[in-house]
Amino acid sequence: MNHLPLIIKREYLTKVRNKSFIIMTFLSPFIFVGIFALVAYLSSLNSDTVLKITVLDNSGLFIEEFNSSPHTQYKILNNVSLEKAKKEAEIEKINGLLYIPKTENLEDLSKGITFYSEDSPSLSMMSDINNMLEKKVNSLKLKEAGIDSETIKNLHIDISASQETFKGQETSKLGAGLKLAFGGAAGYLLFMFIIIYGNMIMRSVIEEKTSRVIEVIISSVKPRVLLLGKIFGTTLAGITQFLVWVVLILVLMTVVTSIFGIDTAAASPSQQIMENSVDGGTQQILQDIMLEINNLPLINLIVMFILFFVGGYLLYASLYASVGAAVDSETDTQQFMMPILMPLILAVYVGVFTVIDNPHGTVSQVFSYIPFTSPVVMLMRIPFGVPLWQQIISVVILFATFIGMVWFAAKIYRVGILMYGKKPTYKEIFKWLKY
Amino acid sequence: MEKLLVVNNVSKVYGDYKALNNVSIEVEKGSIFGLLGPNGAGKTTLIRIINQITMPDTGSVILDGEPLQPHHIKYIGYLPEERGLYKTMKVGEQALYLAQLKGLSKQEAKERLKYWFDRLQIGDWWDKKIQELSKGMAQKIQFVVTVLHKPKLLIFDEPFSGFDPINANLIKDEILKLRDDGATVIFSTHRMESVEEMCDHIALIHKSNKILDGKLIDIKRQYRSNMFEIGLITPNHAATSASLKEKFEIYPATFKSINDELQYKVKIPDSISTNDFVSYLTSQGQLTHFVEVIPSASDIFIETIQKN
Repeated sequence: MNHLPLIIKREYLTKVRNKSFIIMTFLSPFIFVGIFALVAYLSSLNSDTVLKITVLDNSGLFIEEFNSSPHTQYKILNNVSLEKAKKEAEIEKINGLLYIPKTENLEDLSKGITFYSEDSPSLSMMSDINNMLEKKVNSLKLKEAGIDSETIKNLHIDISASQETFKGQETSKLGAGLKLAFGGAAGYLLFMFIIIYGNMIMRSVIEEKTSRVIEVIISSVKPRVLLLGKIFGTTLAGITQFLVWVVLILVLMTVVTSIFGIDTAAASPSQQIMENSVDGGTQQILQDIMLEINNLPLINLIVMFILFFVGGYLLYASLYASVGAAVDSETDTQQFMMPILMPLILAVYVGVFTVIDNPHGTVSQVFSYIPFTSPVVMLMRIPFGVPLWQQIISVVILFATFIGMVWFAAKIYRVGILMYGKKPTYKEIFKWLKY
Repeated sequence: MEKLLVVNNVSKVYGDYKALNNVSIEVEKGSIFGLLGPNGAGKTTLIRIINQITMPDTGSVILDGEPLQPHHIKYIGYLPEERGLYKTMKVGEQALYLAQLKGLSKQEAKERLKYWFDRLQIGDWWDKKIQELSKGMAQKIQFVVTVLHKPKLLIFDEPFSGFDPINANLIKDEILKLRDDGATVIFSTHRMESVEEMCDHIALIHKSNKILDGKLIDIKRQYRSNMFEIGLITPNHAATSASLKEKFEIYPATFKSINDELQYKVKIPDSISTNDFVSYLTSQGQLTHFVEVIPSASDIFIETIQKN
């Protein structure tokens, strides 16, 4: 008699037919895309406005530097007193007035420059102006010292050591970045998935207790099978929801961007800048990225990603299930939540700080075997090259721990039934294991 | 008689608490077995052991000649005291699901459900959710689910709680019919009148120990106190009362009667036979009422518990 498929089917159908689940599945992408569209719209509004700045340069050193751009308009004033300039700026609703006094030497200049405005100016604009002035002053100083700025430029040599493994495989900084991005993305995805769907599993395990159907069920099914069925059923429901989200968000994004004609790049100004600066090199960079991706152990990565993702998710799911097994109602779960998330957060920290620093150091190695951290840490290490046997051992440990966790949860579950209405403590749970 | 279930010297300890101490029971095939005892005596633990929800620390359970095994769950139907159903599931789906967990095929389960739903006239609940039903209605569904897979052994823990008298009677008749069709029933309840009506055999558990076990009728014989309820019309009530009091232990009694008579419960010593007692009474006046006082299950329950 195999009950597992039956239980998985019931759990899946109950979750998927649940009204709030359906609403969230279809509403979330709309909210997500709505927020995105709003942000994009607002920042496009922002970039449409033109900053008007008047410049009163009494030193006469910087006049050539202020070139108006589509976003900023400079108006150079001549032979006006500071007081008058200020008044005019206020009346004409000018965004700001930059005042540069006339001084004897360049050192004093830095103390005299002032920016007047109605409200505090934006940080980025101020740093732009400061940089521009600084650059000009520095080059003037160099000239004073008798050095031509052209000479300095010519003397500067860029060093970028090319990297190669002993086996002759070319590696590069770009490659390392890509590897980290891959590991980070995998870790982040796992983290998200656990946080979103872990609670769902816990609630599903408590369900039998709150509806008091538990004794009927438990006299027909082994707790281990019931818990496994719940974990798998809820996971499948979670995957369904996740897929619907991805598809809906992609579709909605396309619709929104085409209807409102929002330039997606407008939402991220930094990207715009990057595009401008490397305009010619974009093609080259794309080629490099493709090359690097080809250099990665792709098949190994994909297989291990699936194994570690599934294994890691199941392990944490079984942790949530044990919490569900130990308590009678959701209000009692608080004290157990923190310890579940701790190892996950630790894994991300180890991944971000240690693996980047030294992918094959002792710390990285140890944490890539510990099942609670291995899904994140090992996935971040694999792109840097980890022997297959190490990967296999880590996967085996992970799945063995998952099975062990389910057994542990089933044990708690069985005993928990007999203790209706009592809030369990860690000490008691430990005692239950011995029953 | 053949035994369907034999529990041998079962003990179960939870931490420091001994829930069952060396309890043995034997349940005959085709009988109704009453498992009695005050709250917290250990009845539920015993039932859970039979259902393999928990394992006994020592002792063994034999079902139909075989030591209890996981596959036996399909031969047992259990209606727990803490009962409930998935609230958001529809009645029909839920019944099918629970029946399939007990090993029925979907088709089989459907046919039998149709039979039971027609029989209890609840066919139009099929698409309702449990949370839309009243407590009594949900109990009916639960009863159907318990008996659907035609178990050899039915275990009912307080089956009548939550039912109105009409439905309680309906369920009682169904249980008796199941017994007549060959099922064996273990019946745990505090309602002594249903024990009286239904049980062939009882066992009393108190403070983790079995303190009484046997056929209900044998136990009643064992607990008989030679007490008789009498009605007597005499020329002089006061004088007769006085002489009765002198000869026997007497207690006041009241029963319905259309006569103006003396009414007493009289305990007669073993040395006097009932015939002698009756001839003594007839010599005193006209005997209108003579009945042996049979101890009720409730009396036996209270007396035994108090003795221990």
